[in-house]
Amino acid sequence: MLFYIFAILAILSGAYMVLTRNLLYAGFSLLITLLSVAGIYVLLFADFIAVTQLMVYVGGVLVLILFGIMLSSRVHDKSVMSENVNTVWGTLVAGLILVGLSYSILKANISLLPWLQTIEMDVLGNQKSTVQSIGLKLMTDFVVPFELASLLLLIALMGAAYIATDKQKV
Amino acid sequence: MEQIPLEHILLLSAVLFSLGILAVITKRHAVVVLMGIELIFNAANLNLVAFSRYDPSLLQGQMFSLFVILVAAAEAAVALAIVLRVYQHFKTANLSEIATVEK
Repeated sequence: MLFYIFAILAILSGAYMVLTRNLLYAGFSLLITLLSVAGIYVLLFADFIAVTQLMVYVGGVLVLILFGIMLSSRVHDKSVMSENVNTVWGTLVAGLILVGLSYSILKANISLLPWLQTIEMDVLGNQKSTVQSIGLKLMTDFVVPFELASLLLLIALMGAAYIATDKQKV
Repeated sequence: MEQIPLEHILLLSAVLFSLGILAVITKRHAVVVLMGIELIFNAANLNLVAFSRYDPSLLQGQMFSLFVILVAAAEAAVALAIVLRVYQHFKTANLSEIATVEK
């Protein structure tokens, strides 16, 4: 039940993000979509992913996007509104993708796949959260991607700071 | 607590994915295109987490989606820095107007 509330909220605010022409409204409806997706993660037994979604997306990426909107458009004139192009073709392509995906999802009988029959109701077992096992996996099985991720974040940090610097003033 | 049917999660993710595609194709402001890309990332993550429920060792899908979130954050930072530079240079962030190669 809670899942459907979150799902409808996510779809409605995502649709509003696409339909509205005001950039700030689009940013704030993206906020509602990200929050609903975080709620769905909680319902799917992924508590750490939900918290990460809240901290990284809502706390980081969305604030960055709002800064991007405010720094790249003058609020008083028309540039806070975004214009639409390719409306017919875009709707056609997105609709075709949606129809194709839905058709194949409904046709595929995914829940009858053999490896999906192993589900237990209490997937977490006697643990109450996934935090400990995610931490253990990060330090054992996924240690190389983990270190590469830290390198990637460092490079992205330096690159973003370098690109955004005004070279004339320095 | 009853199980959420897997098809419903996949359908939700398909809807979010096509909304993101729609935003990327039809919007002309660079920041809104980035928002559409974030929506697509979220749709992909939803699939990964949904299938991760059925994993016997439980967490591979969740680990993958963790790294997807990380790369998305790095991508957003760099892309917004580029958008700011483009705005300073062209005085607009409209993708139709900056689709020319000029000095």
